[in-house]
Amino acid sequence: MKVDATIREIDIETVRKDFPVLSVKMGDNSIAYLDSGATAQKPLAVIERMKEFDSHQYATVHRGSYRLGEEATQIFESGRETIASFIGAKQGREIVYTSGATMSINLVAYGYGRKFIRRGDEIVISDMEHHANIVPWLKLCEETGAVLKVIPVTETGEFDESAFVKLLSARTKLVSITHVSNVLGTVNRVKELSALAHSAGAKVLVDGAQAAPHMKIDVSEIDSDFYVFSGHKMYGPTGVGVLYGKYDLLETMDPLLTGGDMIERVTFAGATYAPPPQRFEAGTPPITQVVGLCAAIDYLSAIGMETIEERERELLEYGSDLLRKIPQVRIIGTAPGKAAILSFVVDSVHPHDMVTILDGEGVAVRGGHHCAQPLMDRYNIPAATRASLAFYNTTEELDRLSAAIRKAVALFG
Amino acid sequence: MSYSSDLYQQVILDHNRKPRNFFAMEDSTHHCEGYNPLCGDKITVYLKVGNGGVIEDISFNGSGCAISKSSASMMTAFLKGKTIDTAKSVFESFHAMVTDDPGFDQAKSNLGKLAIFEGVREYPSRIKCATLSWHTLISAIDDKKEAQTE
Ligand SMILES: Cc1ncc(COP(=O)(O)O)c(C=O)c1O
Repeated sequence: MKVDATIREIDIETVRKDFPVLSVKMGDNSIAYLDSGATAQKPLAVIERMKEFDSHQYATVHRGSYRLGEEATQIFESGRETIASFIGAKQGREIVYTSGATMSINLVAYGYGRKFIRRGDEIVISDMEHHANIVPWLKLCEETGAVLKVIPVTETGEFDESAFVKLLSARTKLVSITHVSNVLGTVNRVKELSALAHSAGAKVLVDGAQAAPHMKIDVSEIDSDFYVFSGHKMYGPTGVGVLYGKYDLLETMDPLLTGGDMIERVTFAGATYAPPPQRFEAGTPPITQVVGLCAAIDYLSAIGMETIEERERELLEYGSDLLRKIPQVRIIGTAPGKAAILSFVVDSVHPHDMVTILDGEGVAVRGGHHCAQPLMDRYNIPAATRASLAFYNTTEELDRLSAAIRKAVALFG
Repeated sequence: MSYSSDLYQQVILDHNRKPRNFFAMEDSTHHCEGYNPLCGDKITVYLKVGNGGVIEDISFNGSGCAISKSSASMMTAFLKGKTIDTAKSVFESFHAMVTDDPGFDQAKSNLGKLAIFEGVREYPSRIKCATLSWHTLISAIDDKKEAQTE
């Protein structure tokens, strides 16, 4: 095991007290919340910061010349610096506030794609994408006559990189791939893939929805043109997300939404757009949510992303060992170095039934296609059950997961 | 008794393990495919309807969770030999039972063994599983191409 002086042990007792939902009772048990991949629970630091902001500092931004509004604007705008430094971006103005990863991807599909992608151009995605990183591109292809190409995924759940290289050509305009798979947990080599795509002349979008909450992100090192993620999956509120984009690229893009707050000058003859990031933020933004997201980032930074990664790696190892001991369980996604996501199938127990049985034991997991139907098709399964872990989970919760799966297996025989 | 044992009763587990009338019917007069996009359950219901609207044979196949599979299995067993009109009225009662319709009265219903699905009403996310085969049946009778749970 790696020894690193910067990695501290997590004080799990203290950490769990930070998350009120973790002590909610389901029947006789506390909930074992193993669905953080869908949405993560919020620490008190986030809940209280938002309450404090709404109670004492709230006003709309970019409007009032009164002091309350100016202070709110200052807090809201300084969030860009907090986020930029969290993900290794060079400047706060490269951070666009959106409603979430889905909107961020749509913003690129419309603002960049519609403007620069033409009939016969190619967009490359992969077999392991979330629908949020598939459907906007399908629609763009439909509208422009561009062609969608798909990187195949190997049995262990990794990109077939040689197939990827073959897909790249002068026609490739954009490569849009996930950093961490929400089903397989695979951590993709986005830095290397990004370099390959760039050498073919393509732009790169990385979907970091499942990565940002769990590992240190450095967009300057990855060197992708765009990087997107959601607040609610990283212990912040819903309704806020981020599009990071290289500034010179953002400058060339059209807005997705138009209206107030994103213009320089409006007459009935026309409007000129404000520079990024405001250009992409039409309407009153999610002000309190941005404040909540920044509180989440401060909370994560105080623990340390390396510490979180190490904790989750230990939990994943422990959970994987338990599941491998149940002969009927087949784990989907076994890439080395994967993130703490455990998807599995049991032939005799449909995921929908598995979720109900586990819920009966107070264990909250997700069953279904996980918004990744092409990936389900790839593995020839209608659906899977997924336990997605966070640093606040415990080995005791994983013991309960394993016992509940055994119970389901026994019941269905 | 645990939270889920009132749902997964032995009869349901048995029909899940050994579904009755589980085959694709070659000479059906009606058939329809039903799909529940939420969980990916997919079943096809086949009917052979004879004179006087009597269901001479009924079967299903496809894949799904225990609730949808056992519900389909018990539906076929229950309806064989009955008329289309009866099937429609049993569907109404079944639907009323699992959706906890205030007008539903188990004692006066025509559901017989199907009453075992009463527990489903405690699991809102599972109601569509229990009704998928029934919606598909009705669509098959009405000669629709595809059925979805509402
Ligand atoms: C990999 C991935 N991308 C995108 C999304 C979409 O995120 P949101 O629903 O917050 O927009 C998700 C959420 O499940 C995800 O897991």
